Amino acid sequence: MPVGLVVVSHSRALADAAVELARGMLPGREQSIEVAAGDVDGGLGTDATAIADAVTAADSGDGVVVLMDLGSAVLSAETALELLDDDVRERVVLSPAPLVEGLVGAAVTAAAGADRDRVAAEALRGLAPKQAHLSG
Amino acid sequence: MVDAEALTAWVREFARLVHERRDELTRLDSAIGDADHGANLDRGMTAAVAALEAQSAGEPAAVLKTTATTLIKTVGGASGPLYGTFFLRAAGALDGPDGAALAKAVRAGYDGVVARGKAERGDKTMLDALGPACDALDEALTAGKPLEEALGAAAQAAAAGRDATAPLVARKGRASYLGERSAGHVDPGAASVTLLVEAAATALAGRG
Repeated sequence: MPVGLVVVSHSRALADAAVELARGMLPGREQSIEVAAGDVDGGLGTDATAIADAVTAADSGDGVVVLMDLGSAVLSAETALELLDDDVRERVVLSPAPLVEGLVGAAVTAAAGADRDRVAAEALRGLAPKQAHLSG
Repeated sequence: MVDAEALTAWVREFARLVHERRDELTRLDSAIGDADHGANLDRGMTAAVAALEAQSAGEPAAVLKTTATTLIKTVGGASGPLYGTFFLRAAGALDGPDGAALAKAVRAGYDGVVARGKAERGDKTMLDALGPACDALDEALTAGKPLEEALGAAAQAAAAGRDATAPLVARKGRASYLGERSAGHVDPGAASVTLLVEAAATALAGRG
């Protein structure tokens, strides 16, 4: 099974749009991308219990890479790790990559069957093409 | 006895104080943050009290754990994972029904907030009030003072720490975006966590 992905954002709309953009790079391919975004009332916010549930849903045993926006999304993702069972937690990587670029890189790599560490590394490389282009 | 009932009384008193001071917390947060601290924490603590009412008294640690998960789920902003981590770690460390066990649990909660926020004292955060409160509590209990007196000293230390955040420049969280302009305002997290310690002093008085 491919590595699972989780998108954590303050905004449900932002997360869904980022997933739509990433899925556009994966025509006809299966890839688990779970979303944990927004507060309980649908407003802006993050919820560590929702993130823990999303990780559990995305986990097929081969690991999960979590991409997040900023601020409390990072704190909530770390808190979510505390809520998970030890065996699941060991399979999770929280990626410091920028959300959109990282997700696209991770999705393409995961759908191609790469392992978790490779997917996480590719997410982290997400800014490289833009940086290379604009530095010239 | 610091039992489940006593801890529930603490959480209730904190919720009451947060509700009462909600506008003041939001006003502090509008000066240097995003003006939602009072509303967010009030929503979370109202939900925590409701969750505690819905479950049977049970184990003391379960009271803290339920409070933690409810805050994590309902607060939304950074104070959700931070307060949630405080109660979660405190629940994990609570190993008895006396003042010493409470002090150990609160210290574990403080350490959890330090680890979660990657902050230290002087960064203009809730730690500037919670840290001195933990120190005062430990010191008073070690000196053989009764819990009631020790919690009173902790509340005073928290309030002094809160007031001392005013001239500081924020180095963590949203307020840090303001740089030097964050000076001159009390930190909203230090203000709300002072209410948490004051609530303990009120609700646990006489339960030594």
